[in-house]
Amino acid sequence: MAGKPKLYYFDGRGKMESIRWLLAAAGVEFEEEFLETREQYEKLLQDGVLMFQQVPMVEIDGMKMVQTRAILSYIAAKYNLYGKDLKERAWIDMYVEGTTDLMGMIMYLPFQPADTKEKNLALIIERATTRYFPVYEKALKDHGHDYLVGNKLSWADIHLLEAILMAEECKPDILSAFPLLQAFKGRTSNIPTIKKFLQPGSQRKPPTDEKFVAIVRKIFNI
Amino acid sequence: MSGKPKLHYFNGRGRMESIRWLLAAAGVEFEECFLETKDDLTKLQKDGSLLFQQVPMVEIDGMKMVQTRAIGNYIAMKYNLYGKDLKERALIDMYVEAVIDLNELLMTHTFQPADKKQQHLATIVDKATNRYFPVYEKVLKDHGQDFLVGNQFSRADVQLLETLLMAEECKPDILAKFPLLQSFKARISNIPTIKKFLQPGSQRKPPLQEKDVPKVMKIFY
Repeated sequence: MAGKPKLYYFDGRGKMESIRWLLAAAGVEFEEEFLETREQYEKLLQDGVLMFQQVPMVEIDGMKMVQTRAILSYIAAKYNLYGKDLKERAWIDMYVEGTTDLMGMIMYLPFQPADTKEKNLALIIERATTRYFPVYEKALKDHGHDYLVGNKLSWADIHLLEAILMAEECKPDILSAFPLLQAFKGRTSNIPTIKKFLQPGSQRKPPTDEKFVAIVRKIFNI
Repeated sequence: MSGKPKLHYFNGRGRMESIRWLLAAAGVEFEECFLETKDDLTKLQKDGSLLFQQVPMVEIDGMKMVQTRAIGNYIAMKYNLYGKDLKERALIDMYVEAVIDLNELLMTHTFQPADKKQQHLATIVDKATNRYFPVYEKVLKDHGQDFLVGNQFSRADVQLLETLLMAEECKPDILAKFPLLQSFKARISNIPTIKKFLQPGSQRKPPLQEKDVPKVMKIFY
């Protein structure tokens, strides 16, 4: 059934947020159905719409897609955000996997035991500033282009912006040693579709809070 | 520099095994450079050969590729194991991502502390037989074809076979309730490139033994 993609997830960032970013950046309007109770989740399970019993799930182009990366790859390819050939795709994939690893650490932080939070936060900051950001700073420096791959906006740029903003929520001056990433952030945030997504009232979700953690724990019995 | 792909990893399965499977299934010969000590890893990191300071790393077509999924995607695409269009690719991606999730569980089993092993094995068996295998059994049943997607051999078939065999190493009768997966396993195992990879002397790696765990830990930690 044609129509807007429909996202099934909690009313929070989690693993769905990167999908929201990509759709928004591509200028694609989408609907959302939020899981708030265990009963809703069980109904989805009973309906057989969650292939591996998990969310995110996105109804798109007649498919009920699951698995975050599968969904992201599909959207990127469909909306021409995946480079022009195999080699560009390889670089986009490598860069995206790096930002996925970094954002994964940040995403799980609110779910960690309170006494490990400080240590985990320190690790996130260390990884961001010594493992990940230097790579993207160097990529931009080496070719001098506005975008990471092929001199054209791609999934890699959108994902990197998302990761930068999340990292800044952890430590506001985390980009202080990365002038090119600061410029990248300014520039990419100004792309009309992205600028719109960054404004209040958009479907972008706020940072994960205790309420979100509680809902997830309740729905999955963890 | 052209030539055979060169794999950099330790001499064991880990995250590189899926890549070995994919290259072998595609009939691509490859070389391997094994990390034996922490110094070997440090040297690669200092060389600037590892984009995010991690292995797996595969030298292929003039690139030093890292990130397992990126490498897998590239190989699958290059050797036509990724379906014929966007929708087939979507299905392959979904099936492969789930298999990767199950692989993570299988892969970490040997590293579990002794007091957690039993519980971990129970989790593996539960997830494999209740969450993952039923999906692939149903896919095969619904279309009645030999391969998971598009009636054509793809990466999804290769990675599923790899996982089925690893799961059987944990519990030999784990496929008891899945007749179509059993015949799938036999059929795919008989594909010439795969049959060759399954024979002794190939570059397929054995399961990690408990006694080798400390050595691996030393390289990475």
